[in-house]
Amino acid sequence: MAKAVDIKNISVVFGTSKQKQAAKELLDSDLTAAEIREKTGATVAVRNLDFSIKEGELFVIVGLSGSGKSSFIRTLNLLNKPIRGQIFVGDEELTAFDAKKLRQYRQNDVSMVFQNFALLTHRSVIGNVEYPLEVQGVGEKKRRETAMEAIKLVGLDGWEEHMTFQLSGGMKQRVGLARALTNDPELLLMDEPYSALDPLIRRDMQDQLLKLEDEMDRTILFITHDMNEAFRLGDRIALMKDAEIVQIGTPDEFFDKPANDYVKNFIADVDKTRILKVRSIMEKPTYVAKKGDGVKETLQKVKENDMGFCYVTDEKRKFLGYVRLEQLQRSKGKTIDRLINEDDTVIYRNAYLREAWSKLSEAEYDLPVVDGKGRLRGILNYDVVVDALAAQ
Amino acid sequence: MTILKNFFVEFPERLIYDPEARIARFIDWAGDTFAFLWGAIRQFLLRFADITHAFLDFVPWSVFVVVLFIAGWRLTSWKMGLLLAVLTFAIGMFGYWDNMLLSLTIILAGVIISVILGLPLGIIMSKSEKLEAVMRVVLDTMQTLPAYAYLIPALMFFGFGRAAGLVAVIIFALPPLIRLTYLGITNISDEMIEAGLSFGSSPMQMLFKIELPQALKSIAAGINQTTMMAVSMIVLAAMIGAEGAGRQGVALILYRAVVGQRAAEAVVAGFVLVFMAIILDRLIQGFTERFDKGGE
Ligand SMILES: Nc1ncnc2c1ncn2[C@@H]1O[C@H](COP(=O)(O)OP(=O)(O)OP(=O)(O)O)[C@@H](O)[C@H]1O
Ligand SMILES: [Mg+2]
Repeated sequence: MAKAVDIKNISVVFGTSKQKQAAKELLDSDLTAAEIREKTGATVAVRNLDFSIKEGELFVIVGLSGSGKSSFIRTLNLLNKPIRGQIFVGDEELTAFDAKKLRQYRQNDVSMVFQNFALLTHRSVIGNVEYPLEVQGVGEKKRRETAMEAIKLVGLDGWEEHMTFQLSGGMKQRVGLARALTNDPELLLMDEPYSALDPLIRRDMQDQLLKLEDEMDRTILFITHDMNEAFRLGDRIALMKDAEIVQIGTPDEFFDKPANDYVKNFIADVDKTRILKVRSIMEKPTYVAKKGDGVKETLQKVKENDMGFCYVTDEKRKFLGYVRLEQLQRSKGKTIDRLINEDDTVIYRNAYLREAWSKLSEAEYDLPVVDGKGRLRGILNYDVVVDALAAQ
Repeated sequence: MTILKNFFVEFPERLIYDPEARIARFIDWAGDTFAFLWGAIRQFLLRFADITHAFLDFVPWSVFVVVLFIAGWRLTSWKMGLLLAVLTFAIGMFGYWDNMLLSLTIILAGVIISVILGLPLGIIMSKSEKLEAVMRVVLDTMQTLPAYAYLIPALMFFGFGRAAGLVAVIIFALPPLIRLTYLGITNISDEMIEAGLSFGSSPMQMLFKIELPQALKSIAAGINQTTMMAVSMIVLAAMIGAEGAGRQGVALILYRAVVGQRAAEAVVAGFVLVFMAIILDRLIQGFTERFDKGGE
């Protein structure tokens, strides 16, 4: 299960303990990070961050080098200890963990993918991938099995016995990703995982991540300094500058309401239609009926919400079709099952707006958005898309 | 004026302070107070040397030659195997087999004990900043001292004989291993350490699953240096009876031949020692290169 992450007034400061104490006093002042450094000698790398990451969200932090991205992400497995503030993962307070709890948390609930891969060069591919399980004390047979699954998932089967120095950069990072998935973490931390790779491979890796993300239920925090990557991947994005967050929002919100000129400049080179994904502008359906629901309640809900029709899914939220208001009014049956109009005009949530547009313009009405497993995730509003594209 | 002049030109008798007596007293005191400790260490070293010698003596010379041939061949090439076998054979032909074993015993025992001591010391040094500062000074000092200096503490507490010889070899050979173990562990990239931590490894898991395997190359180089140091110390150690009272190790033969100006004998014994050094060096190099191929 994915977990939400609550960041409450988190700051990270580097320096001697004396410098840090002096800088801590100034965190709430009007001084900039540079001025605080001049005054105290301490580096304020993260300053008063306060926001939440929703469960199952792919959250991206973007910003220039030195803006504090790594310093922040490393607080989420306490590789960096914040000087003040609290972090909640699910309903547990990470910042209050003792050594033992921290180890358990790191073993079971979180894992990290590193910019320079950080593979163990004395181990083979599978030796690396099974490392997290070895630390947990999982038996050898089970370990191998789980590790092989992860290796297949990232498309490296056949390479498991190779040593890591025999792999290309892209393959190394696949190993890094597989290793981070074996302990089945609720929170996956990725610190510029693709920055060391060349652009073509990077694109592949991004697609792979989106595909994997789609299939599993997991909160992901992804860091990059590349705005295109940020918009390609992120459900929501936070732009960091000088240890602070300048703006947080969906890709669409960044284009619609950039907070200031800095943000405007940052997104100036981004081609919106190639970057904006359906998921970032889809809306939550007001009401969704389940197969087996009674006609009466459904009719009432549809009327209440002033809808002309409503989508129907099965128990597991798999999209089945829709029922129209008139059908419900006319029906004499008990359940809505016989009324469902099966419909296969759906839009995949990771599709880019440019691709979705052709389907949408053909249908000329709102379309259901599904994930890789066919589960209903949202609704794509025709007018919203027209607006978004027109704004270009 | 003349008083002053006398005072500053000739060293005044009044200020002469005789340290000898005090040092002698200190040594007596330390010797007596910790007598049981020195005794225990001495016994242990003697047993260790005995067992090592018994083992070496038990292996027939032909097995030595064959094993070295195979080792050289597997580790490097058949040419290397041949070289090691020929050198070993030559030692026997020179009539020095048993004398060689006496010296080899001390070298081998010294290296093994150095590894047993040096690895943990290097590890602890990499874990504690305070200890690191202390050890650094000690190691630096040890490295600047002439080899002769190592004979003194050995003689002080263990008297003439094999135990003292072994102690001298160990003290002389230990520093590079400690240093390279420490370097091997502290040179691991931060990211790799963080990767280990981020998956919740305990300190022991960090040590045995990441730090030591990563430092293996450096440790192997340390063992190589330690062995070479032991080889270079063996002649001096033989002077204080390292090869055993009344026994004629190559090292002692060489020393006596040099002192007695018997050139021919010195040349032959010298060759035997050089052969030993070459064989040990090649063997360990071979092992180290094996590790290199495994790593990056
Ligand atoms: N261990 C540390 N000790 C001292 N200062 C540090 C440390 N780590 C980071 N800093 C400083 O904190 C600031 C933020 O660095 P951080 O690495 O978090 O930036 P970043 O956004 O990840 O940059 P990049 O894109 O280069 O990785 C920088 O000024 C950096 O020099
Ligand atoms: Mg960084």
